[in-house]
Amino acid sequence: MKREFKGRPIAPGEATAQAVVTRQGFNTLASMQMMFIQPKTKCVDQSNPDIYKKELQDKALCLPQTIGSTTGGMFLYSAVMSAKAPACLLFSKEIDSLAAAGAVLADVWSENAKMPTVDRLGDEFLDFVQDGDMITVKEDGTVIVERA
Amino acid sequence: MILTAEQQSLLDGAKGATMSKIMQTLVRYGEIFGAEKMVPVTGEYGHLVLSFGLTFLGPVFDLYQKLIDEGCLSGQKFTCDPRPYDKNVPQSPVQKVAAKFIFGKQARYEKQLEKLGILNDDSYTCTCYLDEIGNTPKEGDVLSWAESSAVVYANSVLGARCNRNSGIIELFGSVAGFVPYFGLLTDEGRKADWIVELKTTKMPDAQILGSAIGMKVMEDVPYVKGLDKYLGTQLTDKAKTYLKDFGAATASNGAVGLYHIENLTPEAKTQGERLVKEDAKVYVIDDAELERVKNGYPCVWKNPDASPKLCFLGCPHMTLEQLIDWTVKIEQGLKASGREQVRIPTVFTASQGVMKEFARSQYASRLKKTGVVVSYICPLMFMDNPLWQHQPVITSSNKLRTYTTARFYSNDEILDIITGEGK
Repeated sequence: MKREFKGRPIAPGEATAQAVVTRQGFNTLASMQMMFIQPKTKCVDQSNPDIYKKELQDKALCLPQTIGSTTGGMFLYSAVMSAKAPACLLFSKEIDSLAAAGAVLADVWSENAKMPTVDRLGDEFLDFVQDGDMITVKEDGTVIVERA
Repeated sequence: MILTAEQQSLLDGAKGATMSKIMQTLVRYGEIFGAEKMVPVTGEYGHLVLSFGLTFLGPVFDLYQKLIDEGCLSGQKFTCDPRPYDKNVPQSPVQKVAAKFIFGKQARYEKQLEKLGILNDDSYTCTCYLDEIGNTPKEGDVLSWAESSAVVYANSVLGARCNRNSGIIELFGSVAGFVPYFGLLTDEGRKADWIVELKTTKMPDAQILGSAIGMKVMEDVPYVKGLDKYLGTQLTDKAKTYLKDFGAATASNGAVGLYHIENLTPEAKTQGERLVKEDAKVYVIDDAELERVKNGYPCVWKNPDASPKLCFLGCPHMTLEQLIDWTVKIEQGLKASGREQVRIPTVFTASQGVMKEFARSQYASRLKKTGVVVSYICPLMFMDNPLWQHQPVITSSNKLRTYTTARFYSNDEILDIITGEGK
């Protein structure tokens, strides 16, 4: 099964990765605060049963928006610069100010590391996508979801 | 976005490549949210969220060094979130050694903050807006702040205007002297998307009420009806303290940057229900709903029945009134249980300004006798350490619960646990 969604590219780029999906707000600090001592970044947010203990690094993180601490964008920026970040961020709703900051900071200040970010993919996207789906992101904000 | 000649020249590189990149970042950040212009930062001081020299945040410190080297310093003095470590907080020798490694860049980072423009050495607190610190914006001031609990307080209780900026972005605004005009800076962005109808039988716990609203409305603006019945219609010290803790919970359990309390907060008093959007949704909160929310908090201790080993209160930092109230309550609790000191190591956290005022009062020695330690740290960052994971720490802060493995109890339950026979 294959479906295509179109969103708005916030940090344009291409990526191919497996989906990890949270249907509730992604608390960046609560989720990623242990990333630097983990071999691969895993979610440690006890309040998010959708992704608690699941791997985030190099995954296509599908989410409605981020919530919580205003360290959020800074943590995302550091994660990208340290190669500890998700492969891409895919928002069903309009991106929030913290995630937007992280995506733009990484895009403007990093020479090589990238974290393609797309928002406004719609509720239907988050209703459809499941953990393990193969995701392909294109420069223009097209997101292809493939399920074996 | 339409820029002024000055802004365009900065973007074009008139003040170097680093300032140009700062402008690129601010312009792109603003354009995502439809900002059509930049507006001057009019608040006297900034406030930064990054206060911890976490070894692993090297990319951020490298970026800040670039700003310093290129002379891109803050145009306004700023306060900053609390320091992450205090050797006086009860901890094991192993935890002390680990903290030295984890916060290994603290000294270097504080030197960077001095160069970038921190106000003074007592400026490290999340409650910068309290009188004892003095970073108290005026109604209508445009701010370039981060720290979710401070932003929501400045917007809601003080009537200032600030978006929920991320760390780094807030410093960029203070360096450039202007911020993109969108969201909570605009009249339209300050209108309420939700009406919250409070129908509880008693004054709700600020931390649980804030949590319930945050989880429901996420980043929207709520207009709360019925809370003035308990808090009154004047922003007294008691009301402001309640709203400090309430707001921190809305911002950490959700992403609230502004709330209005009917008949109490500045814009609700002057504009009333004109602040509410026509299509606003309604959320009714009664006793059962608050109980449902509280019971939904998970406990991730290795042994859920473990005896607590540490209690933290003060996230956000406590006010002077809170320190005094808790001193009296703990004394009463200990008297009732026949104890001399708290039965669990307990730490109260507050700004250095508040700690100094408290130290001048008669209550400081009385609290010390009960065994409680007062510290200036950020308990959240202090616990941001694998050696604290799954330790049985308790708190009545919903923010601390959200970001750590600390277990949440109401203030009454905490008092019973630390002074009496509570579990």
